[in-house]
Amino acid sequence: MLSSGKKSTFRGGKMKISLNINNYIRNIDIEPGDVLYDVLNKLGYTSVRNSCDTGCCGTCTVLLDGEPVPSCSYLAVKADGKSITTIEGVKEEAEKINNYMLNEGAVQCGYCNPGFILTVIAMKNEIKDPTETDIKNYLVGNLCRCSGYVGHLRVIKKYLEAIK
Amino acid sequence: MEKEDGTIIGGGAFLHLGKRNINSAVDIRKLGLNFIRENEENIEIGAAVTLREIEKSNLLNKYFDGILGKTVSCIMGVQIRNMATIGGTICGKYGFSDLLTTLLALNAQVVLYKIGIISLEEYLNGNIEKDILLRTEIKKGNINAKYLNLKNTSTDFSILNAAAANMDGKCRIAVGARPGSAKLCYKAMEYIDKEGINQESVKKAGEIAAEELKFGSDIRSSEKYRKDICSVLVKRALLEVEK
Amino acid sequence: MKVVNKSLPKKEGHGLIEDRLSYTNDLAPSNALKVKVLRSPYAFAKIEDIDVSSAEKIPGVRCILTHKNVPRNIITRAGQGYPEPSPHDKFIIDEYVRYIGDEVAAVAAETIDIAEKAIKEIKVKYKVLSPVLDFEKAEGNESVIHMEKEAHEMFPIGFNPVKNIAAEYHMHFGDVDKALSDSKYIVKERYYTQAQAHTAMEVHTCFAYIDTYGRLTIVTSSQVPFHVRRITSHALGIPLSSIRVIKPRVGGGFGGKQAVHGELLVALAALRTGRPAKLIYTREEVFEATYTRHPMRLDVTMGADENGIIKVIDMDLLSNTGAYGEHALTVFMVAGSKTMPLYNKAIAGRFGGKVVYTNNTPAGAYRGYGAIQGNFALEATVDKLAEKIGMDPMELRRINVIGENEGSPVFKIMGEGTEGVDMILDSCKIKECMTRGMELTDYKNKYPRQDMGNGKVRGLGSAICMQGSGIAGIDMASAVIKLNDEGFFNLIIGATDIGTGSDTILSQIAAEGLNVPYEKVVVHSSDTDLGPFDTGAYASSTTYVSGNAVKKAAVKMKELIEKTAAEIFETDNADFDGENIISSDGKQTISLSEFSNKLYYSAGQKQLMTCESFVGDVSPAPFMAGFAEVEVDTETGKVELLDYTAVVDCGTPINPNLARAQVEGGLLQGIGMAMFENVKYADNGKLLTNNFLSYKIPTRKDIGSIRVEFIESFEPSGPYGAKSVGEIGIDTPPAAIANAVYNAVGVRINQLPITSEKILDELNKRK
Repeated sequence: MLSSGKKSTFRGGKMKISLNINNYIRNIDIEPGDVLYDVLNKLGYTSVRNSCDTGCCGTCTVLLDGEPVPSCSYLAVKADGKSITTIEGVKEEAEKINNYMLNEGAVQCGYCNPGFILTVIAMKNEIKDPTETDIKNYLVGNLCRCSGYVGHLRVIKKYLEAIK
Repeated sequence: MEKEDGTIIGGGAFLHLGKRNINSAVDIRKLGLNFIRENEENIEIGAAVTLREIEKSNLLNKYFDGILGKTVSCIMGVQIRNMATIGGTICGKYGFSDLLTTLLALNAQVVLYKIGIISLEEYLNGNIEKDILLRTEIKKGNINAKYLNLKNTSTDFSILNAAAANMDGKCRIAVGARPGSAKLCYKAMEYIDKEGINQESVKKAGEIAAEELKFGSDIRSSEKYRKDICSVLVKRALLEVEK
Repeated sequence: MKVVNKSLPKKEGHGLIEDRLSYTNDLAPSNALKVKVLRSPYAFAKIEDIDVSSAEKIPGVRCILTHKNVPRNIITRAGQGYPEPSPHDKFIIDEYVRYIGDEVAAVAAETIDIAEKAIKEIKVKYKVLSPVLDFEKAEGNESVIHMEKEAHEMFPIGFNPVKNIAAEYHMHFGDVDKALSDSKYIVKERYYTQAQAHTAMEVHTCFAYIDTYGRLTIVTSSQVPFHVRRITSHALGIPLSSIRVIKPRVGGGFGGKQAVHGELLVALAALRTGRPAKLIYTREEVFEATYTRHPMRLDVTMGADENGIIKVIDMDLLSNTGAYGEHALTVFMVAGSKTMPLYNKAIAGRFGGKVVYTNNTPAGAYRGYGAIQGNFALEATVDKLAEKIGMDPMELRRINVIGENEGSPVFKIMGEGTEGVDMILDSCKIKECMTRGMELTDYKNKYPRQDMGNGKVRGLGSAICMQGSGIAGIDMASAVIKLNDEGFFNLIIGATDIGTGSDTILSQIAAEGLNVPYEKVVVHSSDTDLGPFDTGAYASSTTYVSGNAVKKAAVKMKELIEKTAAEIFETDNADFDGENIISSDGKQTISLSEFSNKLYYSAGQKQLMTCESFVGDVSPAPFMAGFAEVEVDTETGKVELLDYTAVVDCGTPINPNLARAQVEGGLLQGIGMAMFENVKYADNGKLLTNNFLSYKIPTRKDIGSIRVEFIESFEPSGPYGAKSVGEIGIDTPPAAIANAVYNAVGVRINQLPITSEKILDELNKRK
């Protein structure tokens, strides 16, 4: 657990799991108590960031079989055999969204952005023509302390309009 | 299951917030408990179903005014809802739970591996020995239902929540996050059974509910405030389920 | 202007979402020792004995620090200019612990698990002392929090630790008592503002290592690398020249990183073991053991004459600085220095009070820095005064507010812990901001309230605010510009980008001054070895102070290019048009690219480089008018924020998109303080709100619409007319929302946050 003092810990030896990370199948040794963030961080995915350690802020979001989950809380063993998408796995789409972000001035410290963009992509895949309420509801679990959220909303609307 | 300190993991959403050392854990997801299905009488939701699956289920949204989906959609964000399970919610008996309040109002039954089927109310209140939750069953029927809460920010735990269900004229009213876990308001239910739902009776029912339940103070709210808004939430929920 | 006042995309914008080595944790060597800190479980105690012997024996433990083996040099951790206006009252680790979370020991081990195991093995015997947990009972309390003989002030700030006073300040001008007795209308009110947590998304992170030259390098998520270097030198007792501090990308600061946090521990661990050492704060530690905003009690008295002119303002404050005095005096003073001048027709004014120690998490710098607390009290009082007079509050503000070419006696009296600098406003469009805001919000029709008929009532409330741009006469920034072959420039600055976009806007200023495209400027910032000095990211100084230094360096570089080319051309002058340098007689021309290649390799070879510095003579004020439309549910007290509209005068916005983002972000933090956020302690001093489940910052669904517009003034002393925009956004929401709630339902909440419970309580009392 690189990032924090996790309180509940699992004793016991190593386990082997298989994860399909961005279309690359990896067999990984984990400790039973490892969460996805621990695994991804050890593998060098610096775009996956731990912030609140309680699943509340969305910064650590990755897509598990296409669905957003908090990697800081999701036990790695439960992800065995599944596919994980980090922002590297959706590079083109992420760059597109990020260009809108940059043109709106909506990127500030950048720390929450990968998790935010992944969630936007998941929303776009799940909901056709989301309303402003749909957008806010889907993204409410992605906190941002820098931007005030309004820039994000402008970006998402422009992006959704463009991909119609 | 036989080991003293064995732990069953549902979604694991709150697991690492605790201070326990866990020597062995069982992941129930592989037991095939992630179904949402119906038969003639009941809706059945497997223990491993996530809150997000409940939210998105076309089947569940057809019933009970879509209250199950509406309730869980108030809970934190999609990330946590993709992890947290109905089984974890029920077995956790969490005071802050929104879903327990709604399930209680819908008269949900829980099916346990050893004991078999008991009411959710009995499960929450009783001293049930260690068992595995298999599924939740809710009887279908002509039901109007409404869930309400009051929160600080929209991803916070509720300061108070309330659910009302009108099943063919008979009302069930539950209030949760008191901060204690959800309870039925029997006296208020009795009153509404007698008087029916109208502008005056729902106000009185709210006051009765506020009197009959116990509330407490915590970092989110004082006991007094919870009591004050209980009558308002119950009143509003009842107005919405009038047939 | 070709590059300035353009919404260009951030230079680092793409890299931040990719797998780059951007933030501090990304850069830490994988073999770095992991540092964990044992923190005090008691609010106030003496460590009578500490035994690390069993912890030391654990394999993989490399170093354990306690008060017995760390240097005992007293410092302030506050990132401020030297000599600091904060009391020196902190040791790296002391034998006294003064809040739950205070450092007791630190372990550096091969893995986090080993470090945590070792922490558990450290045996500490505490003598528990009686803590001071109520700041209104701190002064003169039996329990004295700082009795160490080494504690001292660097210059007189009213430091009186035996009475638990960290600082004290009083000023007045005119005859306050007479002005009050002459006033036709007087209002008086008491307010309380709460502690607030910064919750930057990146937790406090730092690591240190010894480089090949035997020098200590600290890489840290910090707003103040140069201050960190100096404080580390003083704390460790090692020469300044042996330390280098680097700030990589930072995931938010907001003032929470305007101080030393873990740097001293990782530095010592690295020095003692020779190995790199890293400390990542857990989110709980960030809440419990970094800093909060200073909670305050504010008593405001305001008197106006028969025409509604505010003649006298009297502010008496009590501020709680927690266990240590970082930023104690200066935050306190800003509560007056950046609020009272708004109403400069006052002929008398008084501001003063005390900053006390308590055994809570230390309070420190936080965006707004006292102005938000002071603004809440002042602007709520203005509304109250308007009601007493029978005047519309915006009208009352209009006839009283400061304007262009005006000054205030407060500017001269109140500075950064000492006297200030007199100033006449060369740019001030606050009245225009107010007018525009009233237009946008349909103030005429919506003020004061609209009864929606269903138990819900809407209210429209407003507030105005000001801030500064750097600290006049104190904050210094510098910039180096270097010409490379193929005609591109390095802009090397000390200015500290913490996500604000200063790397970008300073590149824009440089490009404008050089007359080159933005892409020709490569920026590198915040390395105390490689770059020149800058005080750091605070006091809204970057655009104005650092920006002026950059502009000077750029203009000088352009002149230097022209002069050097003229020498090669053998003409009197030359002119650089952005691409080519043309001799004054028009006969010769050379591209910048070719010219710079020649300068490196073949003709008149030399390295062209300029270095310029800037200190402000004044601290020009940005202004903002804020309007909040709320809807109150009269049965539950719940408040919905339907709309917040802000109109800002920050001079020329160097990058309008980024300026707007600064205001929007500041507004949300102000709204959080107004309505949602509350740092809460248990009776024993333990922080209850120590994670994101219990401390709630506003989410996307908690706000309706947020609208930000700019009214551009031109500040002649600023780079291309710019002032500042970093803090101005945060100040108005508490007052505007409190005023809106009052306008809606007649309930005045004087204690932040404005919660549904407080509102319902007041509504019920009136029944």
